[in-house]
Amino acid sequence: MNLVESLEQEQLKDGIPGFKSGDTVRVHVKVVEGNRERIQVFEGVVIRRRGGGLGETFTVRRVSYGVGVERTFPVHSPRIERIELMRRGLVRRARLYYLRELRGKAARIKDKR
Amino acid sequence: MISTMPKGIIGKKVGMTQIFTEAGKAVPVTVVEAGPCYVVQKKTAAQDGYAAIQLGFGEKRERLVSKPAKGHFTRAGVKPLRFLREFRVEDPESYQVGQEVKADIFALGEKVDVVGTSKGRGFAGGIKRHGFHRGPMAHGSKYHRRPGSLGAKGPARVFKGRKLPGHYGVERVTVQNLEVVRVDAGRNLLAIKGALPGPRGGLVLVKNTTKAR
Repeated sequence: MNLVESLEQEQLKDGIPGFKSGDTVRVHVKVVEGNRERIQVFEGVVIRRRGGGLGETFTVRRVSYGVGVERTFPVHSPRIERIELMRRGLVRRARLYYLRELRGKAARIKDKR
Repeated sequence: MISTMPKGIIGKKVGMTQIFTEAGKAVPVTVVEAGPCYVVQKKTAAQDGYAAIQLGFGEKRERLVSKPAKGHFTRAGVKPLRFLREFRVEDPESYQVGQEVKADIFALGEKVDVVGTSKGRGFAGGIKRHGFHRGPMAHGSKYHRRPGSLGAKGPARVFKGRKLPGHYGVERVTVQNLEVVRVDAGRNLLAIKGALPGPRGGLVLVKNTTKAR
């Protein structure tokens, strides 16, 4: 293992569920409001998981009050308290950008069984 | 905590990664394997006309060291070292010959200047070398990456210093005022915010910055 990898290794978080594109997750994010810190939950479908090592990120999409919201998080960010895996989805590609064009019923993802 | 005395260390660029701050911000860093270096010689104003210390870094097989160099190292009482570089210091007497200099001469948050040798780009055109604009790539244009006019017709010659294609890279580059984000004294690692000149494995000199007052 080279030095950069070993330096990254120290910062990697363990206990991250093995989620993939199409899965529904609940991300518990620490947010600072004034000088108070609280935890905000962002639930939605993972439409992308990219990169590796410390630089790995994932994007969660949800439709909130009719507006599509996508947030990208670094997987190993200390701002993420934990990631809950809610449902595993059955999808046929790794990047679910097609969901952006779909609304309502059409934007559902089948459960994996 | 932050001293203004000039100091420096020789290191090897290991590569880039990122480090999360406590606030959760990902900071891009370059990891430098800095030291262990050894003081091989002291230069004093009385004897040499200027004050500096000579540091050595990196292992070298005994067999590859020339006899004069071997004598130089023996006098300092250190193993043969691959690289020797001088650093100007105010007071060389505060160092001992043979003394070890490690990454922990720098503290967290300190600002440093880094000197390296930039990556070689060979014979490069004006666009890469000087940031010229290129011509249109299509619409019937055949003028793609050429340098354009070399000057007015009147002087009937090209002025000295005209920016033209030529050799680019492999030159000494200094990047100033970079922040030290992490110091690992045990493994002699420094994590410095931002990019450093040169390829991975390249030699870099890390000094405290001249920007600080």
